[in-house]
Amino acid sequence: MKKFWLSRWTKVLLFALCLAPFLNLLWRGYQNKLTANPIEFITHYTGDWTIRFLLITLAITPLRGILNQPQLIRFRRMLGLFAFFYVCLHFATWIWLDKDFDAHEMWADIIKRRFITAGMTGLLLMSPLAVTSTAGWVRRLGYRKWQMLHRLIYLSAIAGVVHYYWGVKSDIRLPVMYGSILALLLLYRLQK
Amino acid sequence: MVIRKASDLRYSDVTPKATYLSRRRFLAAALAAPLAARAGTKLTGIVKSPFSTTETPTPYDAVTGYNNYYEFGTGKDEPVKLAKDYHTSPWTVSLEGEVAKPKTLDLDAVMKLAPLEERIYRHRCVEGWSFVIPWVGFPLSALLKQAEPTSKAKYVAFQSFYDPKQMLSSRQAHIQFPYVEGLRLDEAMHPLTLLSVGVYGEVLPPQNGAPFRLTLPWKYGFKSIKSIVKIRFVEKQPPTTWNLEWPEAYGFYANVNPAVDHPTHSQATEVRLGVGRFGQKIKTQLFNGYGEVASLYSIMDLHKNY
Repeated sequence: MKKFWLSRWTKVLLFALCLAPFLNLLWRGYQNKLTANPIEFITHYTGDWTIRFLLITLAITPLRGILNQPQLIRFRRMLGLFAFFYVCLHFATWIWLDKDFDAHEMWADIIKRRFITAGMTGLLLMSPLAVTSTAGWVRRLGYRKWQMLHRLIYLSAIAGVVHYYWGVKSDIRLPVMYGSILALLLLYRLQK
Repeated sequence: MVIRKASDLRYSDVTPKATYLSRRRFLAAALAAPLAARAGTKLTGIVKSPFSTTETPTPYDAVTGYNNYYEFGTGKDEPVKLAKDYHTSPWTVSLEGEVAKPKTLDLDAVMKLAPLEERIYRHRCVEGWSFVIPWVGFPLSALLKQAEPTSKAKYVAFQSFYDPKQMLSSRQAHIQFPYVEGLRLDEAMHPLTLLSVGVYGEVLPPQNGAPFRLTLPWKYGFKSIKSIVKIRFVEKQPPTTWNLEWPEAYGFYANVNPAVDHPTHSQATEVRLGVGRFGQKIKTQLFNGYGEVASLYSIMDLHKNY
């Protein structure tokens, strides 16, 4: 099992799997299968994958312990960066397709709509983590400081779930489900 | 009784012939009633209406495949799939309350009330997207007049068909069922207010609110209640489903108004779907461009009465 985790091909396979939702989206676009409201579809699709990757990233530490597979840590950075990749797509959909790069409109939304305030918060909290994801930055900051900075992912994930919950029209099932999984993943760390 | 051997049966156990036949008739009628079976049936004798817009109708697949009908799922693509086998016993609608002639009409009677018109209306959803829909129907007033509302009737309350065996529960859909709506009497009697019995020249598909629904082009789409079974004339403003769900977001009047925000988004613009790759962003107009209803609200503060 250890050999499998250590093989470089495992990382290649994982990279391909992480990219698959994006490729599926491009394929749907090409096939015109983005529903009658493509902006709404793409927004929800990229948002769903952002939260899923955040949760998968947060699941690495518990899985390492529960399955006794410490090698899983090798994949955590890639998974976290893919969460950032999908949030960038989600954000790009908003500023380009929804707001048409209207800065005034965007600012009005950020301050007036609490679900967008929560979303922007989540995005801003994730950004320094993406920038400092390299080994070079771990050295520059020192492991302890780096570790503390990267704990921001907990707040970012919470902001993401709140953004989802405050944004839906009435059906709260998905945000509540993601929130429950997040709660379990955070509780694992508290009881450790 | 448990039948273990043929000899367990007695002559008195045989079903009387009359009962046998009437049960078969009942089943045949029940099975013949799927609303989906009517789908695709062309309507005839449709006249064009001066109330129609000249804008191009939204493609048929979008109009009949992108629906908010939470009884059949909260995803826009669910009603077209799940409402396919939706069936009811022969349809009736009751007219009751403050009326001189309370009555119940069946579907045939409703279809014969007035000449069918094609009305191409803009349809603006509160969520911020819009369609242009070629409805087929006749003014709601033709139906309401049948009951002869008295002077006590100030509002009209509507109720949708609800069957927990075929539809989601209120808990699953997160709004109260049966779906209810209401209008002021003058809004209900307005010439623009349509009782839609069809779309695109055909009978209404189940996911669009078969067999008939309201169409109020100057209001947000959630006011246009689907699959109506009960109409009640009342003195006081009746409760409406989305207002009960989230009063700050969904008012009783729900007139399309670019100046009144929804808590999660501005209503100043909308996305016209079915145009271009991602839809077309356009400015929302007061009353969805149907200025002829302005006189109904001339003395009202539309920010307070949203």
